[in-house]
Amino acid sequence: MSDQATSGLTPSEVLPAPARFLAHHFSSMEAQSETSKLGIWLFLGSEVLFFSGLFTAYGVYRANHYSLFRYAHHFLDWRMGALNTVVLVTSSLSAAWSVRCAQLGQRRGLNATLFLTLLLAGAFLVVKYFEYSHKLHNGIAWGAACHPSEHILDTLPPAVRAVPVPSDLGTFFSIYYLMTGLHGIHVLVGMGLYVWLLARAGRGDFGPGYYVPVDTVALYWHLVDMIWIFLFPLFYLI
Amino acid sequence: MHSGEDLTAPGATQGSYLEHGRGLRSWLFTLDHKRIGIMYLVLIAICLVLGGVFAMVLRFHLWNPSGGLVSNDVYNKMFTLHGAVMIFLFVIPGIPSALGNFIVPLQVGAKDVAFPRLNLLSFWLFVAGAALFIATLVVGGLDTGWTIYPPYSLESSRGLGILLALTGVFLAGFSSILTGVNFITTIHRMRAPGMGWFDLPLFLWALYATGIIQIFATPVLGITVALGFLERLFHLGIFMPEYGGDPVLFQHFFWFYSHPAVYIMILPAMGIVSEVVSVFSRKPIFGYRFIAMSSIAIALIGFLVWGHHMFVSGQSKWANVIFSFLTLLVAIPSAIKVFNWLATMYKGAIVLKTPMLYVLSFFGIFGVGGLTGLFLGALATDVPLHDTYFVVAHFHFVMVGGVLIAFLAGLHYWWPKMTGRMYDERVGRIAAVLIFLGFNVTFIPQFFAGVAGMPRRYATYAAEHQGLNRVSTVGAIVLTLGLVIALWGLLASLRRGARAPANPWGAASLEWTAASPPTHDNFDVAPRGRKPYDFTGLRLVSEEAGWARAEGEGA
Repeated sequence: MSDQATSGLTPSEVLPAPARFLAHHFSSMEAQSETSKLGIWLFLGSEVLFFSGLFTAYGVYRANHYSLFRYAHHFLDWRMGALNTVVLVTSSLSAAWSVRCAQLGQRRGLNATLFLTLLLAGAFLVVKYFEYSHKLHNGIAWGAACHPSEHILDTLPPAVRAVPVPSDLGTFFSIYYLMTGLHGIHVLVGMGLYVWLLARAGRGDFGPGYYVPVDTVALYWHLVDMIWIFLFPLFYLI
Repeated sequence: MHSGEDLTAPGATQGSYLEHGRGLRSWLFTLDHKRIGIMYLVLIAICLVLGGVFAMVLRFHLWNPSGGLVSNDVYNKMFTLHGAVMIFLFVIPGIPSALGNFIVPLQVGAKDVAFPRLNLLSFWLFVAGAALFIATLVVGGLDTGWTIYPPYSLESSRGLGILLALTGVFLAGFSSILTGVNFITTIHRMRAPGMGWFDLPLFLWALYATGIIQIFATPVLGITVALGFLERLFHLGIFMPEYGGDPVLFQHFFWFYSHPAVYIMILPAMGIVSEVVSVFSRKPIFGYRFIAMSSIAIALIGFLVWGHHMFVSGQSKWANVIFSFLTLLVAIPSAIKVFNWLATMYKGAIVLKTPMLYVLSFFGIFGVGGLTGLFLGALATDVPLHDTYFVVAHFHFVMVGGVLIAFLAGLHYWWPKMTGRMYDERVGRIAAVLIFLGFNVTFIPQFFAGVAGMPRRYATYAAEHQGLNRVSTVGAIVLTLGLVIALWGLLASLRRGARAPANPWGAASLEWTAASPPTHDNFDVAPRGRKPYDFTGLRLVSEEAGWARAEGEGA
């Protein structure tokens, strides 16, 4: 069959990019990239279910502690959350753009968009770092360890400040740290993947005939972005 | 394309996969699905032996009502590790990872699974997970039961054991997800030219359905054990009531995976039965599409029944009624399979070789396991039977009688393909009969003990149950003996067994057109798909040369 097309070739640097990256068990480059695409979609489905446990926990605890959740979200600064939302949505745009650049063989554009995606992912974590450290410095930790300082209580809107601090405040922040923390780990993994893509793009691996790693990593990145789009309103806005 | 001549000696041009590369490194870092499958098989066999040793400690301890072999504390650790090792390290990965890895690419006519590197990663994740389980023994063991329910399992007095066990489950689960991704992608994309969806052997349909569960249920277990881990370390207040958490939430999460997980266990077993029953009845499988679709139906309905584990956990009675109804729905696709298998045998030319003997025991034992499941799925009978030996017996009828016995059927069926050697048929048959008898003597008494009110998981019991317990222990000795003989028969064949022909059973699916054992690339010439249960034209050339297609019916 079409296996014969590659049977006489040994992968080496002299070959054009596509044939170099064709694994021995695929008959064509197209078959290989379609397979990778299906694989990543299945994995993303698995990721959604991985997060679903936490979203369920959020739902259960929000239902059981409704007034607590209404109260506690005032500790989160929606401006920081909105900033991070803009950062991540922009990074998704540059991720999608990098796929297009690879498809069109625009090497400079590819390097630029991959780098921009990496940079924005880093910016997201920097903002998150400021949020976390501000809270932890003011005694807002998880579970029973959550004792907000007077300083941070004074930043609350007056109507909220007047309410006594609920004893189970830490329950809200346990879920907050869990969900944003797991999301943050995914951002870190994504940054690692973009470093890897940058290194390979620097070697000139990608082009119109072979761009499936750029494509699959971008799909993963879009999922990370989408999870944040749900986290932002659930914690910061409602 | 080919004459029948060539098919009697495929692989003549290339050495087998066993000779492709030498030394330990060529195994440990191989990307070859066949070698990964063999490594899984060895590891899983070790886990089975380990879990079996724990089980025998339990059975000997229960010889007397007051126990006495081990302390109550050790007993609790033994039943925990027996359950955890058997479930997470043998029954869940056994058929898909060991046999599936070897057979799936061969059955679709491909050179390998879609993602060989992920496959190797999956294997090593599994090794790491298994190692952590063994490590819990070293640090003092775990006495929570395999279900690790909080609050008991996450008490702050607990040390390293629970953390190691939770990490072990997480890693083994990750391994399972990657296997599922590999199988579904392979079945979608790597099928031989001309092989349509309804030309797939039913083992592949079963693994496809299994893959759906592995990919979409396992991550929920992953997040559950991750939460348990963090809860124990940081007191988050997710599952522990003393910190404001909800232990019933843990049960929901746990069973959202662990009930579908029993279909991860049984669906591949049913796939093996579908293969073997057709080949050894010399008759095309009856109701192919019904068997294929019932696998998918079981996988999908399986996601909706987890609440039946929580009938006495304070769940609302309306939820109980709905879960009970949905649970009984699973009986329909399961029964569809059984009736189609029996109809396959009807007027077939049944050959009672070892794999078929195991499949016949499967019918009997799985049938009883399924029917006793109705008592536990129905609300009114579940409440009194909950947490009694009735549940233990039912579960072992399904898991040992279903999965272990089908695993042995598949192992004997594909052994010539995997190793290139024929096992001794007489030894195989003796072991199959002993296992069938030993199994029933072990577990039938437990139904009666359960109905009489003997609770599970206690190191001691009321004197009135002694007779039943002693019968059960004697049965367990016979069962162990059978398993040892089966293992010995297989291992002895590696040295003394006759060389296996490419197609020793006269089966029609693609793996039997490859050499025994297959070459590194599986097939000399990329095969074309064909009907997997169409035996027309297959003739027995001789015992040594096996079966081959008559002229003009080649690959």
